[in-house]
Amino acid sequence: MKKIIVLLGVLLVFTLSACSKKELLIVTTTSLDNSGLLDYILPVFEEEYGIFVKVVALGTGAALEMGEMGEADILLVHAYDREIEFVNNGYGEKRHNIMYNDFIIVGPFDLEGDTLADALEFMTSQELDFYSRGDNSGTHQKELSIWNQYNYDVTTFGNWYHETGQGMGATLTMASLSGYYTLSDRATYLSMKDNLDLIIAYENREELKNQYGVIKVNPDLHNRNEEYADLFYDWIISQDTQDLIATYIMYDEQLFYPNAGD
Amino acid sequence: MILESTIKAFELLFSFDKEIYSIIFLSLAISILATIVASFFGTLLGILISISDFKLKRFTKKLVFTFMGIPPVVLGLIVLLFITGPFDNLNLLFTKSAMFLAQTLLVLPIITGNIIISSEKTQKKILETATTLGANKIDKITLLIKEIKPFILMSIILGFSRAISEVGAVMLVGGNIKNDTRVMTTYIALNNSMGEYSSSIAMGIILLLIAFILHTLLAKFRGDFYD
Repeated sequence: MKKIIVLLGVLLVFTLSACSKKELLIVTTTSLDNSGLLDYILPVFEEEYGIFVKVVALGTGAALEMGEMGEADILLVHAYDREIEFVNNGYGEKRHNIMYNDFIIVGPFDLEGDTLADALEFMTSQELDFYSRGDNSGTHQKELSIWNQYNYDVTTFGNWYHETGQGMGATLTMASLSGYYTLSDRATYLSMKDNLDLIIAYENREELKNQYGVIKVNPDLHNRNEEYADLFYDWIISQDTQDLIATYIMYDEQLFYPNAGD
Repeated sequence: MILESTIKAFELLFSFDKEIYSIIFLSLAISILATIVASFFGTLLGILISISDFKLKRFTKKLVFTFMGIPPVVLGLIVLLFITGPFDNLNLLFTKSAMFLAQTLLVLPIITGNIIISSEKTQKKILETATTLGANKIDKITLLIKEIKPFILMSIILGFSRAISEVGAVMLVGGNIKNDTRVMTTYIALNNSMGEYSSSIAMGIILLLIAFILHTLLAKFRGDFYD
């Protein structure tokens, strides 16, 4: 018994001592994490600089909250206005565009209509069941701003409008199981397509652009090593990485369009 | 689906995939360590509370019993608030240490509560005799520990089951970071959210297998307990 305890003690020290390595903490959105892009590009960074990258996936709202508390080195998020506000309030040192794709409305059937306005009109008039993320994430913000833009008030919606309060993957899975509609980023949808019983019900890249940005969190907020954050910031907007992002393909479709150089 | 997942579970187990093994190892390491630390303090606390007479004894017991049922995610939130607030300098958020801390605090009241109950039942019988035989406090505690040994084991098992099966707290304070703080339960939660149910069930089967193996080992130590 004593031996076991000693062994476990050693284990404890071993487990807990693994904390002070060269590492970078990225807080990102569930949609980006679920898309698989980070698993595709991050090993390149880790290999090049010998820095272990820790990725925590939260909604954009929660990610920005973590940033404000200084609990992240880098944020990879998609809520342009709030990102700018975040930087202006002194929580972020700098921000840059990295890439974009688009949002799509997915559901059991095609939504009739050639424009977003028509599609929304059809959905609301038919009271087609819809899952909203409802979690203050970038996708949720986008959804609310779309309703707002077309003069709908979500608080007046009937009981066909549901809030899941969960991440992108979970919400897509729920939509698939219930046969409801939801707004998703294209990347997460494509990466999960095999497990989903959903089709793209409405798409239009112009109207539903989804811009991702990188933010370096203000190092004054925390006693972290900012050198790694700088390395990463420069790395992800570098031409080589931008080219790498463009080669992430799933189901013969390019998932992200780099635009750091624009 | 179930058959498919069972096959997948064995595929996962025998795939010798480093990631899967480190996930399993981390789950076990954190839960076992948390259980050991919580068992030590919980047993001590439980016995001390049960044999001492103090003003707020009833209140303390109520508090312990309440915390036995605390939702892990609430406890995780409390830990989160502490490690991002007063203990921010320690940089504990999204680390294994934070997960260990959360699980220890989760298991502690379960062990303490169970020990209080069993120790109070037992002590009436033996402590009077011990006192008349001139035993001091330390003798009494040692005697009590000896007497309630099977109950201690039982509470350790309960505590470990709670730790290894818990998802809310470790997700919150650990962050489910790949190759770092991802454990079996957060792996399952992630795969559920991605609709990868067969991977989830596979890991679930592994989790149950491990629990079964642990109980089999325990039965070797204390066969009477399982008869």
